[in-house]
Amino acid sequence: MSLGTAVIGSIVEAWSELRVHRTRVLLSLIGVGVAVAALTVVVAGGAIATQVTTEQSERWSGRPATYQVQAYNPTTGAQAPSGALDTALAEAATRYDIRYFSRMTQDSIQVQLPDGVYMVSVSAVDQPYAAIHRLQVIDGGWFTERDAGRLAPAMIITSDLWNHLGAPDLRTHPTLEIVTAERNVTAVITGITESPPGTQGGDFGAFMLRDAFDAGRFSQTPPDQRYAQYELWVPAEVGEELKNRISSDVSSALGEGWQVDLYRSDYLAYSDQDPLLVLKLSVAGVAVLVLLLGALGLINIALVTVRHRIREIGIRRSFGATAGRVFFAVMMESVVATFVAGAIGVLIAVALVKNPWVTEWLDAYLQDVPAFPVEAAVIGLVAATAVGAIAGLLPALVAVRVKVIDALRL
Amino acid sequence: MSFLRLEQVTRSVQLPDGSRLDILRGIDLEVAVGDHVSIVGRSGSGKSTLLNILGLIDTPTSGSLEFDGVPLERLRMGARDRRRGRDVGFIFQQFNLLPRRTALENVMTPLLYASGRQFWRRERLATEMLERVGLGARIGSTPDQLSGGEQQRVAIARALVRGPRLILADEPTGALDVETGAQVMALLDEVAESTGAALITITHDPNIAALARRHFRLDRGVLSAADDATAGLADFAEAAR
Repeated sequence: MSLGTAVIGSIVEAWSELRVHRTRVLLSLIGVGVAVAALTVVVAGGAIATQVTTEQSERWSGRPATYQVQAYNPTTGAQAPSGALDTALAEAATRYDIRYFSRMTQDSIQVQLPDGVYMVSVSAVDQPYAAIHRLQVIDGGWFTERDAGRLAPAMIITSDLWNHLGAPDLRTHPTLEIVTAERNVTAVITGITESPPGTQGGDFGAFMLRDAFDAGRFSQTPPDQRYAQYELWVPAEVGEELKNRISSDVSSALGEGWQVDLYRSDYLAYSDQDPLLVLKLSVAGVAVLVLLLGALGLINIALVTVRHRIREIGIRRSFGATAGRVFFAVMMESVVATFVAGAIGVLIAVALVKNPWVTEWLDAYLQDVPAFPVEAAVIGLVAATAVGAIAGLLPALVAVRVKVIDALRL
Repeated sequence: MSFLRLEQVTRSVQLPDGSRLDILRGIDLEVAVGDHVSIVGRSGSGKSTLLNILGLIDTPTSGSLEFDGVPLERLRMGARDRRRGRDVGFIFQQFNLLPRRTALENVMTPLLYASGRQFWRRERLATEMLERVGLGARIGSTPDQLSGGEQQRVAIARALVRGPRLILADEPTGALDVETGAQVMALLDEVAESTGAALITITHDPNIAALARRHFRLDRGVLSAADDATAGLADFAEAAR
């Protein structure tokens, strides 16, 4: 008998057995299906949780590898003049083809709202800032190249401030009056960012392009006294080399007496290990436990079942089924069944994770909502098949040890 | 040429108290292709053990067995299983049909262990065999939907579907009434003869045994020829009573 025919024959036999014993199979596989669904959901949930944690970390500290720049006089502790530092860093960014370089200044401005003048905290940044910090704009859009040339500066405001304005449609190009000691300046609202939860409507903040902010002289603080932050987002693998070069180049550009330090500020800066490792291991632990429970249930039922089928196995042996074939057929029954249960479990998991309610909820929190992780589906199917093989092993060994004579006498 | 040859075959088992029970003693038997042999014996005389040895399910304790010219000791376990599947068809007293499978599925079962044409055309071959035993209209029926005679006919179809050269029938009419038993035996005889297979029938029933061409008695593990079938079997029937 050829190997191919034997394998196909075993699969046909296994499928036939599953069909005949469908109620038993169905009952035993509910546990496996649920376990695989749970495993897959846990793995997929883990991937989503990882993405959520990663994005939150990146929003806070920048994407890996983000470097911040400090330039100061080591003797006096004085900060380097911002104008010179701006120029030197911009030149270095151009030299090393760094696309994601942003200055950032925190300040406050006065804004005329319908019910009075309010203080609004402003982050004056360059256009790449949103990419470095995964900043999400919930309506309108982030700054573009064209915004740099506007006569009325573009402004992206928080949702609390937008709601205070009566949530005007951005297509109508709503404006805000920025109040300074000399004059009022009209700014155009081009986007909305989400205010953090729990602000009770009081998060009045805005983003402006740094050049527009400086040009408008909105700040009451002299430029040299303002706290300025510089961020560069570069590929992690060349980060250290770039850091040394930029440090050296900018020091030279600033002249004698200034020290320039670049340090990583992103969430991976201080650890060689994956900071989400504990989370991932916990998720994996729960998943394995869930699957083990499913497997135990299956083994239990499979063992009881095979003992009820000893006579049938004896009959098959009398018609030429070899011990190997019986072993393989019993194993295949388990593997085929758990594979099908696994596939159904994965489908259930996909339905749970990708249903409109969950995706809508995730959309609100994630910039890059991960697709249903393929590895979760693969792990689910592989785990189901492995459980089937393990759960089938013991019954298959019992089946092989059946003595044909004794089995036929039953 | 002998298809089966047994020389001085014995079979004994160790009892729990350490003593030895001799089930078969010094069995000599030759069966050729196309032969029809009956073996009669009381319960416990060793009939089923002999049948199991003839069907390569059991092995002798001593003596030699040649199956199709090949000594048994030269056949490893897997080879014996495959040879049994290819060359031996079993018919049991209690039919031993697989429950909850249709007649067709039952008859297809041995073909699952075949290869080539027999494997790929198993449904057609099984259907043809069921038609041959007069059950063409019942192929979709499960054993619990069939009468005893029909079940035994399914069992015959199953035993013959791979075209075995040896048919071993263990009390084939034991669970049937006299009339149905006669019909089943007539069918078995006819099919065996038309396929040229050797048929060995083990039975209590002298009337069934009388249908064979050669007759043997098994008494306390010793096989002896009963050439005068009627007399020998009548004696046996008397003794069995």
